[in-house]
Amino acid sequence: MQLGVNLMLRPVMTWIDERFPMSKMVREHLTEYYAPKNFNFWYFFGGLAIVVLAIQILSGIFLTMHYKPDADKAFASVEYIMRDVPLGWLIRYVHSTGASMFFVVIYLHMFRALLYGSYRKPRELLWIFGMVIYLCLMAEAFFGYLLPWGQMSYWGAQVIVNLFGAVPFIGPDLAVWIRGDYVVSDATLNRFFALHVIAVPIALLGLVVAHILSLHEVGSNNPDGIDIKKNKDAVTGKPLDGIPFHPYYTVKDIFGLVIFMIIFASIVFFAPEMGGYFLEHNNFIPADPLKTPAHIAPVWYFTPFYSILRAVPPMFGSQFPGVLAMGGAVVILFLLPWLDRSPVRSIRYKGPLSKISLTVFVVSFLLLGYLGLKPTNIWGQIGGADVATVVAQLCTILYFLFFISLPIVSKLDRTKVEPDRVTP
Amino acid sequence: MLVVSTGAVGAAGALAAVSTLFVSMAPSERAKAAGAPVEVDLAKLEPGMLITEEWRGKPVWILHRTDEMLRKLDETADLVSDPDSKLPMQPKYATNLERSIKPEYLVLVGICTHLGCSPTQKLEAGEASGLGADWVGGFFCPCHGSKFDLAGRVYKGVPAPANLEVPPHQFLSDSRLLIGEDAARS
Repeated sequence: MQLGVNLMLRPVMTWIDERFPMSKMVREHLTEYYAPKNFNFWYFFGGLAIVVLAIQILSGIFLTMHYKPDADKAFASVEYIMRDVPLGWLIRYVHSTGASMFFVVIYLHMFRALLYGSYRKPRELLWIFGMVIYLCLMAEAFFGYLLPWGQMSYWGAQVIVNLFGAVPFIGPDLAVWIRGDYVVSDATLNRFFALHVIAVPIALLGLVVAHILSLHEVGSNNPDGIDIKKNKDAVTGKPLDGIPFHPYYTVKDIFGLVIFMIIFASIVFFAPEMGGYFLEHNNFIPADPLKTPAHIAPVWYFTPFYSILRAVPPMFGSQFPGVLAMGGAVVILFLLPWLDRSPVRSIRYKGPLSKISLTVFVVSFLLLGYLGLKPTNIWGQIGGADVATVVAQLCTILYFLFFISLPIVSKLDRTKVEPDRVTP
Repeated sequence: MLVVSTGAVGAAGALAAVSTLFVSMAPSERAKAAGAPVEVDLAKLEPGMLITEEWRGKPVWILHRTDEMLRKLDETADLVSDPDSKLPMQPKYATNLERSIKPEYLVLVGICTHLGCSPTQKLEAGEASGLGADWVGGFFCPCHGSKFDLAGRVYKGVPAPANLEVPPHQFLSDSRLLIGEDAARS
């Protein structure tokens, strides 16, 4: 049977291969792409990110068929999708859950790179492509969040666009240009829709292709952070510690995908609002330009940076320093490949200094994220200062300290000797 | 030489095309036209009351201040960062202590100068406001905790960098207010 199918397919494949490098591409990227054999749990998330991207594009296309990007109709059209469109509620919940899960997966994917030094030479460009993808993802989430035209959509957009208004000299004009109006209005909604459904997705797709191509050019890193291309089979020239991506890792990734989809479906069917963290309660009230909700918080994936913004006090009668700190918190990640000077890549062979430094960084990032969800007075006051604000300021300093101290920490740290071959 | 000049002409063409797209994102003529002045009748605005009007899509507050409210402006003078309205957040005729043409009528754009939220009205003094017993009345921005007094002056040590904006306005008669246009311009 198998043989019969092969015999039938072979002429078809030959016909295609003479006109398009089909088999060559399958070999280069799947069957003869040798990935290190010691991938662990942390290596699920790149593949999952691609799946979530596909889910978002697909569900997004079908939402566009019913959604109206018009300030007078947008909110009602989302409710129409939820109530009247057959299974519209399901498609919308998949899309809204997908947005949050995209960030869950991407944050874990980025943490993996931090753990195992996946951004180190020769993977600097791979890391930069990834960071640009992350930036695009933030833009995509921000533009998309305005579309339901609820109170949080409106005031969230108002706050973020005004961040650009804080830029010295050109700020106010820049904010007007972004909005296309003097306030967030129909013009803003219309252009955010265009950016959300066309511009950013196209950029994302291109960047994902670039990310994967550069990954396959330099080869995957692994939990030991050692180069598998150093030990090749003398006869075949294949890495001794490498296994073909297909079938070995396609099978592993499908296993991970099944677990992931169980979690994903559980959220979609049982907790699509996630207690107000995935879909905020205030966003079920139509946008009202004259009334700000009592408590504004961005969706959870932006809160660490939002906390940093809030923690920096205005200086010289301008709030630009806070905006600069928030932008800097993202931009500084780009520099990671050049800040890390450790002789080893993976945390497994780094010393105690690096381990403490990374732990402090992760804890402050999570704490900033938590505080960004809450009002500044949650922990009360001591001596006239909000405790939560002081903690956020401390975490902001620790966040930046991780990067600033990295060249010294990674140089001073007592590393262990890397093995020649990957460990099981 | 041919390649360079072709490249230069091509780049100029591309730049022209891109600038078209860039310019198209500026406010349209319709958006600009929507900024027409708004006329408000103040006859029914009792002392101590505040009404919100929409001008250029923004909330504009008109507060009819009582004598007691006006007296409190002296108390808050030490608490605010720009008591004499030095920053250009108001027309010339509103740089006085009350930041208004007629002392009792305060006209403010109800948009926080920090990041554009609309502050809530906490006009009542004391514990009832939820801002502590020493609160004398004013406005409180729920987004990032900025506080303003009853003339829209910003408190010290809060995220907002400047006083609330006083829009251009004029009185057409004793009880008719025009927001968006002042006597100097008309």
